[in-house]
Amino acid sequence: MEIKLVKDILQANEVIAAQNRELFAQKGVYVVNLMGGAGAGKTTLLERTIERLKGRRRMAVIEGDIATSRDAERIAAHHIPAVQINTGGECHLDGNMVRVGLEQLDFDGIDLLVVENVGNLVCPAEFNIGEDAKVMISTVAEGDDKPLKYPLMFQVSSVLLLNKMDLLPYVAFDVERFRADALRVNPRLEIMPISCTTGQGLDTWLRWLEERTGLQAR
Amino acid sequence: MAQSLLEIVEQEAQPYGGARVTRIQLRIGKLSAVVPDALRFAFDAITRGGALEGAALEIEEVPLSIRCRQCKEVFIVEDPFMICPRCEGIDVEMISGRELEIRSMEICDGD
Repeated sequence: MEIKLVKDILQANEVIAAQNRELFAQKGVYVVNLMGGAGAGKTTLLERTIERLKGRRRMAVIEGDIATSRDAERIAAHHIPAVQINTGGECHLDGNMVRVGLEQLDFDGIDLLVVENVGNLVCPAEFNIGEDAKVMISTVAEGDDKPLKYPLMFQVSSVLLLNKMDLLPYVAFDVERFRADALRVNPRLEIMPISCTTGQGLDTWLRWLEERTGLQAR
Repeated sequence: MAQSLLEIVEQEAQPYGGARVTRIQLRIGKLSAVVPDALRFAFDAITRGGALEGAALEIEEVPLSIRCRQCKEVFIVEDPFMICPRCEGIDVEMISGRELEIRSMEICDGD
């Protein structure tokens, strides 16, 4: 006997993501889901962002990793609320993992919550966590073919940070080709070339965050 | 992903008591993050020894299609570009390609 179902495999996650979204809206916190490959500089970007937003926005961070609490320790050293989620083998965060993380986080009065996803260019793109925006980091060291190889992540992101621009003289990376391909995959993508080492482009990124968070954003 | 699939099918099969699920039909969009063979492998691994062991996964790959709001036409496209192949405009919406859908399951309640 055949039974018709027509169900979305990710429907359970969508339900939880919607609940998270409602909670974030109640608390008035803007939530960024930060995605990118392993070693793209997600945690370093967060450290630079925390330093520069200090005194201007109140930030909290949820760190997602398969194992270890190293990233959360790096963030906590900057004296902001940070929670580590270990996925125990899962290659992405989902709505439920973030919800569990939120239980350990005091985010009353927080303007901006950044959820750093597991280093992976594929699966995180499929799982909403209730965020306001998805932001991805790619680097000149990873190669300029990424928009065509991992189109979904480029497509679901609002901002693409192209990190490690200081390494450009040492790698074969065609910035214009990368930019053109990324925009064909997602014509509305905001692309920001940055370097967390030299500070290049970080002002643009911080302005983007400030426009969306804090008192004037409400 | 395989785990979510397993949970949904187990839940849907519950009203049929001890019936065995023999086949599950899925529609997976070309742009989704799921690789059909990897999903099959994971599904086989997590169903081993359980009630769904041996259930066949039939996966239909759904092509990527976009609709241009200017040309008012739907195009099936090979490349993952959100640009109208006719007018090259960017006022397009995705019609298909991100599906992660369970279409049906077949159960066998004999013996």
